[in-house]
Amino acid sequence: MTVRQLVKDPLNLIITGIGGQGNVLISLIIGNALVENGYLVTIGETYGSSQRGGPVMSHIRISGETQFSQFIPDGCADIILGMEPMETVRMLGRYGNPSVVTIVNPRPIYPIEVTGGYVEYPGPDELMEIFKELTAKTWIINATEEAQKMGSPMFANVILIGALIASDVLPLDEKSIEPILRETFPKEIEANIAAYRKGMALLRQEPMKKGL
Amino acid sequence: MARIDIDAPDTTQLFIGNEAIARGALEAGIGFAAAYPGTPSSEIVGSLSAVARKMGIYAEWSVNEKVAMEAAAGASFAGVRALAAMKQNGVNVASDFLSTVIIAGIGKGGLVLIACDDPAAISSSNEQDTRLLAKWLGIPLVEPGSFQEAKDMTKWLFDLSEEIGTLCMLRSVTRISHARGNVKLGELSRKGHKAYFDQIYDSRNVMPTAFMPIPSALRHAFLYMKLDKAREKFESSPFNYYVGPDEADLLIITCGSCWLYAQDAVKTLKLEDRIGILKLGTLWPLPEKLVGKHLNKSQKILFIEDIEPFLERSVMEMVANSPEGSHYPTFYGKRSGHINAYGEQSPDLVIKAIGSILGVEYQPRDMEYAKKAEEIAKSHVSDRMMVFCPGCPHRATFWSIKNALKLDGRNGLVTGDIGCYSMALGPSGFFQVRTMHCMGAGAGVANGLGKLGQFGFNQPVIAVVGDSTFFHATIPALINGIYNQSDFILVILDNNATAMTGFQPHPGTGMTAMGEPAKVISIEALCRSLGARVEICDPFDLKSTTATLLEMMAEGGGAKVVIMRRECELVRGRKEAPPYKMHVDPDKCIGEACGCDRLCTRVFLCPGLIWDKKTGKAKIDEVICTGCGVCADICPQGAIIKEAT
Repeated sequence: MTVRQLVKDPLNLIITGIGGQGNVLISLIIGNALVENGYLVTIGETYGSSQRGGPVMSHIRISGETQFSQFIPDGCADIILGMEPMETVRMLGRYGNPSVVTIVNPRPIYPIEVTGGYVEYPGPDELMEIFKELTAKTWIINATEEAQKMGSPMFANVILIGALIASDVLPLDEKSIEPILRETFPKEIEANIAAYRKGMALLRQEPMKKGL
Repeated sequence: MARIDIDAPDTTQLFIGNEAIARGALEAGIGFAAAYPGTPSSEIVGSLSAVARKMGIYAEWSVNEKVAMEAAAGASFAGVRALAAMKQNGVNVASDFLSTVIIAGIGKGGLVLIACDDPAAISSSNEQDTRLLAKWLGIPLVEPGSFQEAKDMTKWLFDLSEEIGTLCMLRSVTRISHARGNVKLGELSRKGHKAYFDQIYDSRNVMPTAFMPIPSALRHAFLYMKLDKAREKFESSPFNYYVGPDEADLLIITCGSCWLYAQDAVKTLKLEDRIGILKLGTLWPLPEKLVGKHLNKSQKILFIEDIEPFLERSVMEMVANSPEGSHYPTFYGKRSGHINAYGEQSPDLVIKAIGSILGVEYQPRDMEYAKKAEEIAKSHVSDRMMVFCPGCPHRATFWSIKNALKLDGRNGLVTGDIGCYSMALGPSGFFQVRTMHCMGAGAGVANGLGKLGQFGFNQPVIAVVGDSTFFHATIPALINGIYNQSDFILVILDNNATAMTGFQPHPGTGMTAMGEPAKVISIEALCRSLGARVEICDPFDLKSTTATLLEMMAEGGGAKVVIMRRECELVRGRKEAPPYKMHVDPDKCIGEACGCDRLCTRVFLCPGLIWDKKTGKAKIDEVICTGCGVCADICPQGAIIKEAT
């Protein structure tokens, strides 16, 4: 295997969201594309029990040199792909640093503490302020909203894969993902390819929120 | 995507540790695999069963871990390589058999136990370290330190097992079993399998081949000889190696997933020239010559391992026994308090331990940023309480149990068991469950409570158990309750799946692990055959379920059974559209004025129901709601409307 060079080694990517959003599937698709491109990849996944609604995070360590561990050390994330805004803030609190880049789906999934009326969920403007404050760059991608337009909120994860690839923060080009999508979704391939391309287009339209 | 049966030697795949183990078994020419599902072990036999027919092997979900281990041994006795895989709690279930098969020896087919531990008990009721069981019973033990090793060690372990004629054990942990990494493939085994139980007479012509643990003392002595042989093999194993300087300020001795953390920590601190790491893959019997050779590298030794101080104690035992005059280094680890003997390890914890031993400062991010980020997260991020999924039948069942116990008025209680429904200890099950221990314990404990009438006990007792757990470990407790006339109701939460571990089939589902149809073992027919009164309820019918429970509690008189039958929503939702479209009629929901104190969003706790602070009314989250319709029946105002789709 040829040794791959990265701008930073290891490159530390976090994918965060809520059980049932398809978090693990994103990490699988991205991870497989990276391995096919010759990288050493370790993915550590943390989820509660099987139930829907719990926080889920995947730590993806990408290296050209060695098999890194399953945990990104605190304060050492390079990229956070947030499928849910509050979970993105949770990750920034522990793993963020001044040069971290985030891509965020702004659709909240309310914790029971919020739906029960005990805790306030931060408003969209407040969240935007936090992302400006704590990240070097943030792209807001309305993945759930766009997925619903495509017929199902389940497309949000593939839309976010498109956005992640278009952001150019990973050593992967556009073409490296489509064959893996074809293998993953043999039945609904056209819709998933459309979602993937939609995600790329959304990111390219979306100005970075830093300093706006 | 990676498949464990891919015929592409030398290519690199992205495997979870469990897939790597399964692949290793295929490369070893395994013929038989058995398991009961349990996190984090389920994907081993899960992935083997998916390719079993194609690969010409047999794989099954056994009714419990003891049967899985015994069935695998049966295959070994007939000359077929076999494995059993289980989580740490499952090893306890199998331990009675393990303690005898290790003395009795195995057949011509290698026999391997894969034990997957769950440090920090992320998905378990304990965080027991099964390595101690290997040492206790005398089972040669290895632990992979990477995904690649998970595959390679499994393959190698079958050779070792056959060579020394004993069961061998591979210990994995959640962060290997459930994490993913690069695995370079080897050749799939092309060997066919021929099973035959060879009943030849022994050399003295006294008796034919028999696998038995007697005479125990003599066979125990043989076991020690086998362990010596294993130790010899371990001394030169490629799974043990040292990285670092010839003389180190600190020597880390580690194994398993902790090897990756130690490596990360040393790299992060840029101390590669000061710290050496001895990574051990073969843990028991300890390769003492190899360890002894590296102990001289430093005066300070730090042990990093998940859960118990296993290597730490083994090395200390070894050093205590070393020749007189040898110099004892200073040991750091769980004994010294530098590493916790509970929870799981991580690179950050290793960095901390190294820092305190060597006096090294470490600052991963800008201090001001750290302070700000931590403050924002603290003030803006909520916990996420564990609750049943939207549409889960268990929520409805516990709603009825809660109401029935209240209406009965004798302060009845629920004993719990292992499964998704363990969550009923918390708010999602309305705090109804009072005990939770191990598989089958709910009914077992209920047996005791139900016999306390002579001491003035008159509280109704309900034991809840899932369908898969019922088959696994509850049937003897039910028989006991019926025969000894213990007064409790066994509520079987039959969602037609082993839901918590990923919907594996069980004897009530009509499907085998290899996807073949099987004769359903009817829970109600089984219970009725034992003489129990059996009622079947639809948990979504709150009214009739509550009435049935109430009536059975009032009846008393020995163990009886209620089956709550409703398919797991995660299974149903994959096949069909939601049965109802839900909405809240804003004119009927009168919010705080109702007096229900937000029963739907505060108490019922379905994630599909939202309390809208602005309007002061409930609403439905249409992305989350699965349209089960149950909440329509709990609203006192009838404001939650269900429309059939």
